Amino acid sequence: MAFMPFLTAGDPDLPTMCRLIRERAARGVDLIEIGFPYSDPIADGPVIQASYTRALGHKLHVDDIFAAIQSLTSSIGNRQSAIGNPPLPPLVAMVSYALIFRRGAAEFAAKARDAGFAGLIVPDLPADEATDLVAIARQHGLDLIQLIAPTTTADRTRRILDSATGFLYCISVAGTTGERVQLPDALKSQLRSLRQQTTLPLAVGFGVSRPEQVAELRGLADGVIVGSAIVRQVAAISERNQPVDAVVKSVGDFAASMLAETRL
Amino acid sequence: MNSKLGGAGLPIRPASRCGLAAIPTIDPLEMSSTATPSAASAQVPDSAGQFGEFGRRFVPETLMRALEELTVAYAQAKADQTFQQNLASLLQHYVGRPSPLYFAERLTQHCGGARIFLKREDLNHTGAHKINNALGQALLTLRMGKKRVIAETGAGQHGVATATACARFGLDCVVYMGEEDIRRQKMNVFNMRTLGAEVLPVTSGSRTLRDAINEAMRDWMASVQTTHYIIGSVVGPHPFPMMVRDFQSVIGRETRQQCLDQLGRLPDEVIACVGGGSNSAGMFHPFVEDRDVRMTGIEPGGRSHRPGDHASTLSYGVKGVLHGSYSYVLQDADGQTQDVHSISAGLDYPGVGPEHSYWKDTGRVQYLPVSDDEALAAFGTLAKLEGILPALESSHAIAHVLNTAGLRSKDDIIAVCLSGRGDKDVTEVARLKGQTI
Repeated sequence: MAFMPFLTAGDPDLPTMCRLIRERAARGVDLIEIGFPYSDPIADGPVIQASYTRALGHKLHVDDIFAAIQSLTSSIGNRQSAIGNPPLPPLVAMVSYALIFRRGAAEFAAKARDAGFAGLIVPDLPADEATDLVAIARQHGLDLIQLIAPTTTADRTRRILDSATGFLYCISVAGTTGERVQLPDALKSQLRSLRQQTTLPLAVGFGVSRPEQVAELRGLADGVIVGSAIVRQVAAISERNQPVDAVVKSVGDFAASMLAETRL
Repeated sequence: MNSKLGGAGLPIRPASRCGLAAIPTIDPLEMSSTATPSAASAQVPDSAGQFGEFGRRFVPETLMRALEELTVAYAQAKADQTFQQNLASLLQHYVGRPSPLYFAERLTQHCGGARIFLKREDLNHTGAHKINNALGQALLTLRMGKKRVIAETGAGQHGVATATACARFGLDCVVYMGEEDIRRQKMNVFNMRTLGAEVLPVTSGSRTLRDAINEAMRDWMASVQTTHYIIGSVVGPHPFPMMVRDFQSVIGRETRQQCLDQLGRLPDEVIACVGGGSNSAGMFHPFVEDRDVRMTGIEPGGRSHRPGDHASTLSYGVKGVLHGSYSYVLQDADGQTQDVHSISAGLDYPGVGPEHSYWKDTGRVQYLPVSDDEALAAFGTLAKLEGILPALESSHAIAHVLNTAGLRSKDDIIAVCLSGRGDKDVTEVARLKGQTI
């Protein structure tokens, strides 16, 4: 199984974000999701929203994120190892459609590609509204990763699968991002059903935070996405004055423990 | 219909990069500037929820099924005679409709021009137009077999209306309200709790109305199987802007009929204030195809036209996405929502309903800002001339009347939506005047 951790761009700052990405690359994670802070993130729970508020409080701009990612990917080389540096895994931007629309979808996609992103996840753009962005992403060589929720009907699932690329982001519970103790049983039957309908890899996110949950998903999912549990660790830098070095290491250790479980 | 939104090379682009559209030249005295009120149709939105290019659904996948089900349930209710009769009966016996269309004689003399009529939504049960929508959606909640209702509120008027409707029908009610607004509107918070609602403080972001909407949507994502979200304005994803407009259109339908009955003709101009835009959408919609009736929406101009000083979304905003809908919004160059300000907590919102954006772009309605100071002066003027304390929201519409009615012929008729009463605002008005009560 793939381990695909999330982090919030610019929380607590962009240099720390770059260190966290490098640390994860060194630990061998399979993909990194980078959340673009947005002022009104309705799909996100309190932990990720608070990280967005902190980052925007430091006057973080979209172009700053692109510049930071670009300097990282151009210095390390995307997916290629330079001497002494581990290769970067694919980077995927998690970004509200409000930000994409404001910039213009084509320009946003071009900038994302130039910065070194491999794909986009747009949590507030349902498949019904995604036709244009699907085409634009394709033109720019970006995957547009689509989401499937527990509430998604069979009819909607078919429409989503028609345009999804990269992997399928399966939301484990109805609700926002955030840690949950247990994964619902309905998720398992939904994953089995999706497996019959698509060859795309299935990644499970929202509510995943612990190695035990990885075990539950073994054989059902191809990847797990962890967000809030990691953002909470990073928040300790701003909220409890924890040293950056210690937090970078603990984020790396957490990645290692999840990776150990996903590789079983 | 396929969208033009964000398409490569398509014409929808931000008007400017500085976070503001060019500031429109506004001449409230120019009475003939509404070129040819246009192609605006009353038969909107289409099945995708589009008003012209505006509207639609920009929400997480988790909510899509609920929005599709709500669209179907509402269409069935709308066509159901029994549902409509139940609603009409409640509006008559519980709300006290029809609300009067009242000739403001001394205000008319004071202005020295057009005859001014006030549509008295302030006389409704709970003191504002919000109850029209809350009751309609509460009936729909019962029809859908759901037992729990959530709502957001800014000033508290929609929260009180929803808590009232839920008490009336025995529905569980949770109202999300920004911590900042809870502090400013203690009386409404007390009233909601007395009515049996749970008021949950929202401590994220700006701690005001827009965060309360975010929080209500988050609750709904997790509770959608058992819960209906009674949104308070003509905003949000389809079908909310259409449904709330329909429930509020009783205002305009009555006004139109009362003009015909009392005056023998339609008014020359209809005026209403616009925050999210529910009282104005309800007032305007029944007049959309009456091409000779001029319509003017009054926005909260606040302290100045600078970002953060006002909430005049249509006057100064750009096209963008907020709270599940594509409309004019107040955003910075990245697409982050800007802070807003208004003396009136009910107009203090950085977005606006998509149908208003459609009316703006088709030229069917003209939108103008009125400042905090003008609204405050109008509050006092209406109190002294007519014995009516208007809500600070409605005071914006009255201020525009004070600015312009005198320039019109004495034969002209102006109908103004007095959307709510001002009791809730007296503490704030006293504070602004340096008095304590």
